[in-house]
Amino acid sequence: MSANSPVGPQSALNASPAIEVRGLAKRFGKLQALDHIDLTIERGEFFGLLGPNGAGKTTLISIIAGLTRADAGVAKVMGHDVIADYRAARRALGVVPQELVFDPFFTVRETLEFQAGYFGAKNSRAWIDEVIESLDLGDKANTNMRALSGGMKRRVLVGQALVHKPPVIVLDEPTAGVDVGLRMTLWKFIRRLNDDGHTIVLTTHYLEEAESLCGRIAMMNRGRIVALDRTDALIKRHHSLNLRVRLIGASLPAALRSRCVASVDDTHTFPLDRFEEVESTLASLRAANCRLLEMELLQPDLEEIFVEIMRTDAMQHAKGAQ
Amino acid sequence: MSGFRALARKELLRFSRVSMQTVFAPVVTTLLYLVVFAHVLESRVQMYPGVSYRVFLVPGLVMMAILQNAFANSSSSLVQSKMTGNIVFVLLPPFSHVEFFCAYVFASMVRGLTVGVGVLIATSPLVELNVAHPLWALAFAICGSAVLGSLGVLAGIWAEKIDQLSAFQNFVVVPATFLSGVFYSINSLSPVWRDVSLANPFFFMIDGFRYSFFGQSDVAPTTSIVAVLAALFTLSAIALMLLHKGYRMRP
Ligand SMILES: Nc1ncnc2c1ncn2[C@@H]1O[C@H](COP(=O)(O)OP(=O)(O)OP(=O)(O)O)[C@@H](O)[C@H]1O
Ligand SMILES: [Mg+2]
Repeated sequence: MSANSPVGPQSALNASPAIEVRGLAKRFGKLQALDHIDLTIERGEFFGLLGPNGAGKTTLISIIAGLTRADAGVAKVMGHDVIADYRAARRALGVVPQELVFDPFFTVRETLEFQAGYFGAKNSRAWIDEVIESLDLGDKANTNMRALSGGMKRRVLVGQALVHKPPVIVLDEPTAGVDVGLRMTLWKFIRRLNDDGHTIVLTTHYLEEAESLCGRIAMMNRGRIVALDRTDALIKRHHSLNLRVRLIGASLPAALRSRCVASVDDTHTFPLDRFEEVESTLASLRAANCRLLEMELLQPDLEEIFVEIMRTDAMQHAKGAQ
Repeated sequence: MSGFRALARKELLRFSRVSMQTVFAPVVTTLLYLVVFAHVLESRVQMYPGVSYRVFLVPGLVMMAILQNAFANSSSSLVQSKMTGNIVFVLLPPFSHVEFFCAYVFASMVRGLTVGVGVLIATSPLVELNVAHPLWALAFAICGSAVLGSLGVLAGIWAEKIDQLSAFQNFVVVPATFLSGVFYSINSLSPVWRDVSLANPFFFMIDGFRYSFFGQSDVAPTTSIVAVLAALFTLSAIALMLLHKGYRMRP
């Protein structure tokens, strides 16, 4: 790692993960927003935190950021307890909040300069320029925050989280309301930060985004983590492939019909466990005198897995409630 | 320390960007008090021997302006930030509680003192006022604005909506300043009300400040400064404890 790596020479804490959470619980009135969560995110990871609305993602992030106090459990950032050692923990953390907040008194550049000052960042001028450039805010640098569009305000929020070059960066839905072009620029920038050694934690409802970016993913539901794995393993975990064919000629033989999960007109979908099953399936079709008009192999995506995991969790919850 | 500087600078910029509302408006309001009260009461009332009522009134009004504006600055900044949600910008950084507290109080003091100086300048064509003890004047102005800046931080921590804050302002701060002897000497009150006034920390700020100008006061200035410092110490301690606990700021 380079000399100015964000991780730095902290021999005593070198072993500690970027984020560590043990038995974290939080209740809002009757609602158990977080139900004793354990989670470890290693340094250098690109980590995705997924879950439906109200799953508890923002609550978890707020506790890690010190914006909310947990009822029970501990949270650490780079080995620093977020309560007992809050200054070190906060210095190590950059957070992009989910809510689109801004201070209407200031311009974009002032906003970033103040935030850098709050963190005691020295000689931050060049870095602020780079952040402004990377987030494509160059021509708005001296514009008042009030006069920015929603997506531009979101970019400034991202910039504010980066001004002190924190080793750990948490982004709570950073691409909500951001146009496609900027989403690409933003991800390129975040990826580069990740390559430089920054740990990235991301929540998003765009699952294809999470799939392509995150090395590991946790899925949350009703305050608990219901799945946690490497992204590729998570996707493979269920069934691996779908074969979709469009046929003419003879109708589908009974043996194949039972394996088919979806039939629309003459288009049929078969879930397969392994790639080798493609051949045998095609052979059976040929044997039944079906002629292939179109064929498509569909890789399962995160969205499918997500829906499945949430459905399973809901079923278990219903069972538990009986 | 650099965190304090950045936060204090932000707070200073915040009110100076809207100085029409935060500095000039209160100066004009205070000037109106002087004109009206002096006009009505000038010929009828004399509080201190050899001091006309108009002149008597000015130090009290200056102090009242300092106190009310010091309070308004920290309290409204915090509550506005809570309501708009941009409070996260100052909750995420690694400020120590002392740093955080001092930055808000410092900006409040600057605003209060700026308005105070503004009132002095604005009234100077109307009254001839001499300062008998400039250092006492400075001490009371600084300590008084610090007390109200701290009270403002407390109110800002506690209040979650603007109407809660204006309740605090209208039912605590304004009555306490009005009933603290801005417009009269407490020696002109009945013994009961006199004793009640002596329990009001605002009284000591006004009385001590007035002493600095006339060399006469209802109680000794040393007594007043001790009372003001005690108030400052108590309020700061409470505010720092609440910040440490995260009360209402980090729910
Ligand atoms: N301040 C609060 N007071 C009361 N309830 C709250 C508060 N904050 C969150 N909650 C509740 O806690 C639960 C978890 O909320 P949270 O914001 O963590 O969800 P989320 O996973 O971030 O959802 P989203 O994807 O919509 O952002 C929700 O049911 C929410 O209503
Ligand atoms: Mg959320």
